[in-house]
Parts: sequence; structure tokens; C-alpha cells
Amino acid sequence: MTDSKYFTTTKKGEIFELKSELNSDKKEKKREAVKKVIASMTVGKDVSALFPDVVNCMQTDNLELKKLVYLYLMNYAKSNPDMAIMAVNTFVKDCEDPNPLIRALAVRTMGCIRVEKITEYLCEPLRKCLRDEDPYVRKTAAVCVAKLYDINAQLVDDQGFLEQLKELLSDSNPMVVANAVAALSEMNEASITGSPLIEMNSQTINKLLTALNECTEWGQVFILDSLANYSPKDDREAQSICERITPRLAHANAAVVLSAIKVLMKLMEMLPTDSDFVTTLTKKLAPPLVTLLSTEPEVQYVALRNINLIVQKRPDILKHEMKVFFVKYNDPIYVKLEKLDIMIRLASQANIAQVLSELKEYATEVDVDFVRKAVRAIGRCAIKVEQSAERCVSTLLDLIQTKVNYVVQEAIVVIKDIFRKYPNKYESIISLLCENLDTLDEPEARASMIWIIGEYAERIDNADELLESFLEGFHDENTQVQLQLLTAIVKLFLKRPTDTQELVQQVLSLATQDSDNPDLRDRGFIYWRLLSTDPGAAKDVVLAEKPLISEETDLLEPTLLDELVCHISSLASVYHKPPNAFVEGRPGLRKSLPARNENTSASNVPQAAVIPAPQESLIGDLLSMDLTTPAVVPTSVQPPSVDLLASGLDSLLTTSDLPAASSSNTGLLGDIFGFTPTPVSYSPPKQLWLPSENGKGLEIMGTFSRKNGQISMDMTLKNKAMQPMSGFAIQLNKNSFGLTPARPLQVLNPLLPTASYETSLPLATTGLVQRMEPITNLQVAIKNNIDVLYYACIIPMNVFFIEDGQMDKRVFLKTWKDIPAENEVQFTLKNVLCNTEAIVLKMSQNNVFTIAKRHVEGQDMLYQSLKLTNGNWVLNELKIQPGNPNITLSLKLLAIEVAQGVFQAYDAILHS
Amino acid sequence: MSASAIYILDVKGKVLISRNYRGDIAPNVIEKFMPLLMEKEEEGSLTPLLQTEECTFTYIKCNNLYVVSTTKKNANIMLVFVFLHKIVRVMNEYFKEIEEESIRDNFVVIYELLDELLDFGYPQTTDSKILQEYITQDGHKLEIQPRIPMAVTNAVSWRSEGLKYRKNEVFLDVIESVNLLASANGNVLRSEIVGSIKMRVYLSGMPELRLGLNDKVLFESTGRGKSKSVELEDVKFHQCVRLSRFENDRTISFIPPDGEFDLMTYRLSTHIKPLIWIESVIERHAHSRVEYIVKAKSQFKRRSTANNVEVVIQVPMDADSPKFKTTVGSVKYMPEQNSLVWSIKSFPGGKEYLMRAHFGLPSVENEETEGRPPIQVRFEIPYFTTSGIQVRYLKIIEKSGYQALPWVRYITQNGDYQLRTN
Repeated sequence: MTDSKYFTTTKKGEIFELKSELNSDKKEKKREAVKKVIASMTVGKDVSALFPDVVNCMQTDNLELKKLVYLYLMNYAKSNPDMAIMAVNTFVKDCEDPNPLIRALAVRTMGCIRVEKITEYLCEPLRKCLRDEDPYVRKTAAVCVAKLYDINAQLVDDQGFLEQLKELLSDSNPMVVANAVAALSEMNEASITGSPLIEMNSQTINKLLTALNECTEWGQVFILDSLANYSPKDDREAQSICERITPRLAHANAAVVLSAIKVLMKLMEMLPTDSDFVTTLTKKLAPPLVTLLSTEPEVQYVALRNINLIVQKRPDILKHEMKVFFVKYNDPIYVKLEKLDIMIRLASQANIAQVLSELKEYATEVDVDFVRKAVRAIGRCAIKVEQSAERCVSTLLDLIQTKVNYVVQEAIVVIKDIFRKYPNKYESIISLLCENLDTLDEPEARASMIWIIGEYAERIDNADELLESFLEGFHDENTQVQLQLLTAIVKLFLKRPTDTQELVQQVLSLATQDSDNPDLRDRGFIYWRLLSTDPGAAKDVVLAEKPLISEETDLLEPTLLDELVCHISSLASVYHKPPNAFVEGRPGLRKSLPARNENTSASNVPQAAVIPAPQESLIGDLLSMDLTTPAVVPTSVQPPSVDLLASGLDSLLTTSDLPAASSSNTGLLGDIFGFTPTPVSYSPPKQLWLPSENGKGLEIMGTFSRKNGQISMDMTLKNKAMQPMSGFAIQLNKNSFGLTPARPLQVLNPLLPTASYETSLPLATTGLVQRMEPITNLQVAIKNNIDVLYYACIIPMNVFFIEDGQMDKRVFLKTWKDIPAENEVQFTLKNVLCNTEAIVLKMSQNNVFTIAKRHVEGQDMLYQSLKLTNGNWVLNELKIQPGNPNITLSLKLLAIEVAQGVFQAYDAILHS
Repeated sequence: MSASAIYILDVKGKVLISRNYRGDIAPNVIEKFMPLLMEKEEEGSLTPLLQTEECTFTYIKCNNLYVVSTTKKNANIMLVFVFLHKIVRVMNEYFKEIEEESIRDNFVVIYELLDELLDFGYPQTTDSKILQEYITQDGHKLEIQPRIPMAVTNAVSWRSEGLKYRKNEVFLDVIESVNLLASANGNVLRSEIVGSIKMRVYLSGMPELRLGLNDKVLFESTGRGKSKSVELEDVKFHQCVRLSRFENDRTISFIPPDGEFDLMTYRLSTHIKPLIWIESVIERHAHSRVEYIVKAKSQFKRRSTANNVEVVIQVPMDADSPKFKTTVGSVKYMPEQNSLVWSIKSFPGGKEYLMRAHFGLPSVENEETEGRPPIQVRFEIPYFTTSGIQVRYLKIIEKSGYQALPWVRYITQNGDYQLRTN
């Protein structure tokens, strides 16, 4: 007879029927009914309505029934806190039951019922159970203290449970000790003050080490993990702890082994590096680490991530074990990639031949990611082991011959690094590389190839033709390719100035005039000025000697590495991030390795090497020059000046302090102090756009609003100069939404000193469009009798939400499905204090229309649509959990650039 | 430092059963698991850990089920994975096989087990033999209320007291698996022996056992360095073995659990001459056919014999019309695994056999490029260990003073035995 029959009731009046069965006099029937209830709970039905009836079954001699009722209580007590009180009496009674199994069950369950009122009643039974004669009850009670601490930390302190728990550390039973340690570690970790609640001393440590030999495998892990937090007073104590822990390396449980390794790695820091003890210990660590690789793949993965740390911290341990990291055909891909990483770290002159032949093998496999990484690894070997460089290059050339597209591209990327590391050595292969020029379609490979051409322009006869061929599609290229192309052509020009002038002019004008990308423009302008003022300086800068690239790549920064070594075996060691990067709550104490007595700990730490992400190293190439040295004379160049703002832009480029622009960039959304604006639709409070110092006495405060379908720029102009101002006019630069004044600016004429004037300028969206960065940026020029003044401001996105933004329900559904997933952007709106209704209202006042509202599993889902002035639709989904002030906002839109702006608008509106 | 909840999901991500231990993460977070898993799989960046804003999912997959744990702390993740595998093992021991049906059929016991295995996210008693003493499948009757077995909290948490056998016997199997990776040109890239000593113990009372091996370290320390001995590189023991005793004087002493268990494993990474060597010539004629000529050679002593030898060779997915020719054994095409299996029931030492296979290939080329999977070999050689390990003695002492019989058996078999092809 199986339990599956309990799942089969699907009748309508199920709850009613169950209710009567639960209240039946027959024990058998009662028990069957409770099982049905639990079965319903298991499949996710809400059976909380039966709460009082189930609780009534609690007083029973049948253990199985009791367990089921307890299980029910744990699940539903939180939603019925008042009724949960009904259960207290039975709990208290069960805590005194002659059967220790029941006493433990009661105290275990009570701790899991997170209802404040019940917690009060828990204290007395818990106190008794902590002193229970049966170790099974004591070990359960020990964990219960940690549960109580989680619910009400103060209570644990007040009731003296800490002291009792501390006593359990010397309990005669090893299981009790282990659970007490686990509870204490947990509470130390969660302690509000950040300092441990109970300091370990060498006496307690001794007791723990004794218990270590006798408790279960899990208990050993708890004890080892808590030992890892202890700092011995001197190196003698450290050594003696090491000695007593070493036998754990022979345990069959991988968690015991790895936790032991953590303690050893930490304590070894305190011991003199050259001592025999450390040498022997280092030797003992290798075999257990290797054995971890013959476990289940998931366990292997955790082991490999940790080995990655250990290899960086103590390269000696595994230096002879390269072979065990050879990839097997049937390893899961995540294991393969980690093994590869470690292989590169372990590569040395002694084993490079083996490593290379393996890597070559991998490079011909089928998994694209793995192959790419293998090719990249060959390049890393070349850089790391100088003697092998030549072989690596020839291996890479072999691979290029295969003509497998992604292999070729990856090879070219790494060859670029090899050229950097060993200049003037392998140029003979350039012609071979150039043959593959046409097949490169990935930005990184293209950029690398261009870099190579630029760097060796003087030796490639047709370098100009090659580079020119890239220039045709300049605007379609990825930024990194554009930047690289610009630099490469300038290099070429400096090397062969006679016949490449035209080319360089072409690229400079492409970069400066026709590009929207500020990085590219900036770099273009810098080159332009350098070349036109002092070609000698240009040469010094552009063709400067490049800094060496480091041998080791992707090394963790030493302090982070040390911290992670303290977290071996934990999640942090897998993510390679400190715990506070992914754990909520207080920042916590950051762990660090203990210092050796003689203060020599720093000597063997590998030097912090740069971590060159591939792209950065390309861009870094340009920026290795010092920006401040060459004299930049803005007036000497004639940048294309076509519109009113051109010279203004130029000054934007050269002056570093731009208070107007910067304050409007950052302050716009931050400065909203519960200020309720008069218009119904949201408009942020006025910001200082132009301070009087920059405006030659004219100060402008302003904001944007939308009234009756009309966008307007609301400004307060104040004359802080000593003379009257007159002849005001305004012009807007081309911007992302084509905003342009609908009529001339009207200002009191003249504006007398100290006088201020409020004006509202209606705006149309019929002007010229040019993408700005950020997209909501607007550059404005104001003219008066004194000067032309420039400033930039940010337009709140919501003024572009137009009135007919309500989408048909069906169209919405279809559009939502049609927009691909990569066009979905998610944000979190923090600390929103209004409820769902208020959100609907607020948003509709700002032309964001709610299409549908759904209630799914305790949370409200709102689907909203809005339409921008340029006709683009934005579809939104809001996930609201009652009681949670954070709301998830998902946007689906074709014009992904506006997402950030829409989010900011939501954020501002909901906080207004 | 621990798991917040445990879920068992079916292959589509539906929760079959779950238990929330800490209540610090909303239970419905599990709905994000499957979409996230699929997303990562598509990206090709799947790992056994999945991170969301609220928590980290840690999961293993077995029999089309996902066993998932959640945590929002910096948990000891190695412990979590080992524990997840342990859950599966306990349930397998309880219900033969853990699968959708057995979970529904036994949900009451599973809830009880989940309650006992883990408390507030900390693993407790996970020894299924002990658990079976107080968590049983038939509902408890009023008369016989279960008691906690002493073992749960004893220092000897793996053996119950008061066991009785009429005939006291111990069976000891020394099983060595050979892991081997060879390159296509015949070089052995990597080889190691993973040995394990499995025991079946049928002994009364609380016997104290001592096992003697020809352990090199022990022999050297006791002045018998010249005798034939084995250097065990990394020894791992069952919970019952006194580790500190072994560390001190290399004595393997223990009170065994009842019944079947793995006493120890060891590893030796020595250069091994491949016991069965395969030479292969693969001729691929694109669009028409592929031909295999495979030579298998046994390189162990003539007096030993390998049993149930199977040479597994992957063939292209679109291969058809197989033709085989061999002097010994039989060849079978397994289209569902895209492989051919050449089986030889008995393969004496120092012999050499040949097999030829021929497949047709379609004229239209398969778009997916296939890798070059290695040839795998399965075999079993009884009465023989590659390392030369020997059980010198097994002493059994019990206070009642009974005589017990130890039986020892040796087997060498394939482990991860892969020979790369061209």
C-alpha cells in the first residue's frame, strides 16, 4: 500500500470533507485525514483553513501523526499566529514526554515556528532540554538556541542561553558538542555588534579537537569550520592544531577534507615558511586535493574552484600534479573550463610540452567555448613561459591553418598579446595572419588584427590599403574596432607620413564629426590637436614604448585572495568574491589570514599583477600616454563649426569643471525632498542649471513639465549682475528626441539687476534628432546682451510619455511576446511606499496606462504601456509584493536605450 | 553557514516535495530555478550553482529529478553538495530508487527523513541503517513506540548494539579500478589506480577489527623495507576508522558498521602499462563510408584472464548499414548510443584479437561537427591487483571471544579508461 492514494482526492467539497474526517472519533480515520491534508499541502494547495482542526489532532500518542501535525504547524503557523497559540500547551507538554524522541521533536519544531508570541513560551522548555539527560535532546536543543537567536537575539542574551550553550561545548557527547559549535558559529556570524559572542580560548579549542575524533562527519565539518575562525596565540599552538587536524585529510567525506584544508592553509601562514613542518605539510596536502577530482562532478567543481585559489596562494602544493587536470572527454563543460584554468596556472618550463600538446588536442574539439578557451590558453602559455613562445606560435599557426572561423579569430587575439610581450620576434608570420583578414567578424579579433597592422605598419607594404579597407564600414564597426582603427591609422601616418595624409584626415573626420561616441570623438580630437600642433610630441605619445604585459593573467588581487583562502569550501570560494558581495545584511568582519610572527608574510606573496581584460589592454594601449603633458591649445585647431554650439562644445571639451552639467546630471533625481509639485503630472523641482558664476551674472533654475500634451521648459532667470540684461534668445542643440522651442523665449525686457523672472517655454518635438549620452541630455545655449551662455540639463523621461499611450490588451499581449528576451530590462524600484492602487493612479496621471492587473501567488502584477513622442512603445511589468517596499520593474522595448530613462521616471514618479 | 530549504523537483521544475528549514527565503523562489537553469544552459554557462537576487541554488540531478537547496548566506557549499548526494543515497536505500513515483508513494516517510537529516540547515544523522531503526515505512502503532537508537548520539554512530549472528563472517573485496588516458599516438598521458576495500560484515556484538596491508610506509617504519609493499598515496577511510591512530602508526583499526560498506579507498598514480591496449585505424571517406580496424591486446600475465571485455567505439550519428568481422567475440551496433560494442567474454593474458567494422555514411554531410570521442574499454580481471596490494591479516576481537572467518577477494577492473583516436 503506498501513500500516493492520498493525492487522488479531487472532489469539490474537499476541505469540508477533510474537516469532518479530522474531527472524527476514529483514530484511524483522523490519521488518514491528516495525511490527505499533508498531501494537499505537498502539491501546493492551500489547506490553511483547516488549521484549528489539524491542531486538534496534535494530542496523540501516535508518533507518525504527531510528526505530520507538527509539519503542518511549521508551514501554516505564520499565517495563523493567533491560532498557533493553541498549540503551545501541547508543545510544552511534549517537551516533558518520557520518550526523548518526542521531547526532541517538540523542541525542534517549536524553534521552527517563527511566531513572536510562541517564542516566549519556548524559553522554559528549551532551558530544560538543554540540560536533558538524553544527548539526542541536548543536541537538538543546541540548534534550537540558534533558531531562537534568529527570531529574537535579545531574548537569547537575556535568558542566559549563551552561557548554557557554552557549557555544552564541554559536553561528554561529541554530537552535542558539534551542534553547539554550529549554533555558536552561526550566532557569531549573525551577531549585531559584529564581534563574536563567545571568544574561543585554547582550552575550548582543545575540547573541540578531542570531539573532532569522535563525532559524525558533519559534526567534524562544523568543528573544523569554527576552528578556521580561531587565531592561535603563537606558532606553537598553530602547529599543534595542524598536527591534530591532519588525520582528517584521510576522511572519505569531501567536505571534511576541504574544511580541514582550509584550517591548515590558514594556520600555515603563522608558521615559518622554511620549517620542515611546513614542507611536510605542503606535501601532505596534494594527494587529498587530487582525490577530490575523482568525486561527483559537482563536488569536483567546488574542489576545482578552491584549488584555483590554493594554486595562487601556494603554487608549490600542486606543481607536480599537472596531469590530473587533463580534461576528459566526458567531463561536464563547467569542469573542463575550470581544469583548463588551473592547467595554465600550473604551466611551467618543466611541463610545458605536455600542456601544449593537450591544449592543441582540446583546440580541435567541438564545444566552441571550450575550444576558444583552449586557444586562448596557448597564448597565455607563450606569455608565461618564454622558452615555449616559439612552439606556442607555431601551434597557433597550425590552428589558423584549420580555417575554423572561431579558432582563427581567437588565435589572432592571442597572437596580438604575444607580439606585445615579445616585440620584433615573430613578425614574419604577419603575412599569414593577413590572409585571414576577410574572415574576421568578431570585434575583438578585428581590433587585434588592426592593432597588429598599426604596430607593424612600417613592415607591411600594403598597410594603408588594409586599413583603408576597414574604413569603409567605419560606422558599422564596434567601438573597440573604431578606436583601434583610429589609433592604427595615426600610427601609420606617423611612420609613413608621405602617402597616408589623406587616410588620416579621413579617419579623423569620421571619428570627430560623424560619430556619436564621446570616447571616439575625444580620442579623435586629441590626435587631431597633437598632430596639428606638435607632430614630434605626437610621435612620442602614440609610438611610446608600451608597458610590459604581465605574465600571469587574471590573478586575484592579493588581499582578496587572502580573504578567500579564509573562506575555502564556502560559496565565496566558488564565486571568488568576498561574502559581503552577495550576502545581504551587515557588512560583517572581513576575514584575513593571520600574520607570521617574523612579519615576513608578504615576501612570498606574488606581486599584484594587472588583470588585463582583453579589451582593456587594447584601449589601454592608447591611454598609456599621459594626457596632461601635451599642450592642448583649443583655439589652434579648427574643428568643424557648423552650428551655434560648436565652439561651446569645444569649451565643454577643454574645461574640466562643469558645475552646471554635473549638478544636473547627478542631482536631478536625488534631490527630491517630498516636494509636491502643483501640476498633476510629475515634474521634478527646479534645479540649478546655470550658476551665476558661469552665466556672467545670469542664474537659471529650471525643470521640465508636461501639461495638456505640451512639453515645456520652466525656468526662473535671475540677474545677479550689476547691469540690466536684455535681448534674450534660446537655442537647443540637436538632441535625442528632437526637442526644439515652439516659440521664442519670452523674458521681461530688460531684466534688471537682482530681479528674477519666471518663464515657461513650450517645446515641440519636431527638431533635428541626434543621439545624446545619456539619452535624456539636452544642451542649451542662451544669448543675451552680455554673452552666449551654455549649459546642459537632463530631461525627465516622463515628459515624453504621450496621452494616447494606452495599448489594446490583445496588442499588448502580442507585442510583449514578439519583443525578444534580450530587449527586456529589469530594475528594482526601492522603498516605494504606495500600494498597488496608488501606483496605478500615479502612473496614469503621467500617461502610463495600466493594461492589466493580476494577482499571482501573493503578489500583484501590473502590466502597463506608454508611448514616447517619437512613437516608440514601452511595455512594462511591475511585480509588487505586499509588505515589500521593493518593486521589480521589467521593461520590454525595442529602443533599449531609453530603458534607464523610463526607470528613472518611474522611480521619480513613485517617490513623488 | 547552511542550507535554507531542500526541494525535490521533477524534470520540468515542478516541486514534488520540499522542506523549508530556515524560512529566510520566500518559498516561491523555486519558481525561478528552472527558467534560470534553461537560460544558463542556452548560454553554455551552466554550473551546479545558480545565483539569483534572493539566493543561491545548489543542485544535483539524478534520475530526471533535481535535488535543490537554497541559501542566502555564505554557506559551506562543499558540505551542501556532499549532503545532497547523501540525501539521494539515503532515499535510494529506503526506496530502492528515487524517482517521481517513489516520492509520491512515500511522502510521509520522506517528510520524516527530511526532518531527521537536517536541522535548521545543519546535517544531522545521515546513516540510513541507523535511520531505518527509528524511521520505518509502516506507521508506528501505539504499542511499540520507537526509541532513538543509541547509535544516533554514540561515539559509534554507525553500529547498533546487540546484533547477533549464528555464523560470524566477514567478506573483504579489494577492487582496483584503473583510470587511464592515452593519446592517439599511443602515449599514456595519465594513469592511476583507484582502489577500494569493500566489506560485508556479519558479526555479533561490538567487534574490534584490525586490518593489515602491505603498506610501504608501515613496512619501512618497522624495518621490513625489503618486502614487497605498496605505496598508498591518498587513503580515505570510512567514518568508523580511527584516523589519528592511522596517522600515528598506520594501524587500520575500527568497529565496523553492520552489513555492506566501503572501508577505505586509496589512490596510486603510477605509470601503468595498459592492461588492455587498443590500436585503431579509422578511415573516414566523407559522403560514403567509414571503416574501423581495431586491434585489442592483453598486456597482463598469461595465467590471468580478463572477463566481460567490452570495447566501446563511438561512430558518427548518421552512420548506417553496419558490417562487422571479428575472430573472437561479438560486435553489436547500438544506434541509440551512436556506438559499436565489441564484447569478448574471456580474454586471456598475452593475446591479440582483431575486429573490422564498416559503416555507410549519407551523401549529405551532417551539419553538426562531431568530436573525436575516445575509445572506452570495460573489463574485469579476478584474483589480481595491479598495484600488488595484499591483505596480510584481518584480526577480529570481540569480548565474547567468538571465532570469525574472514574471506578476501581481489578484482581489477576498468575505471575511467579512455584511449583517444585520430
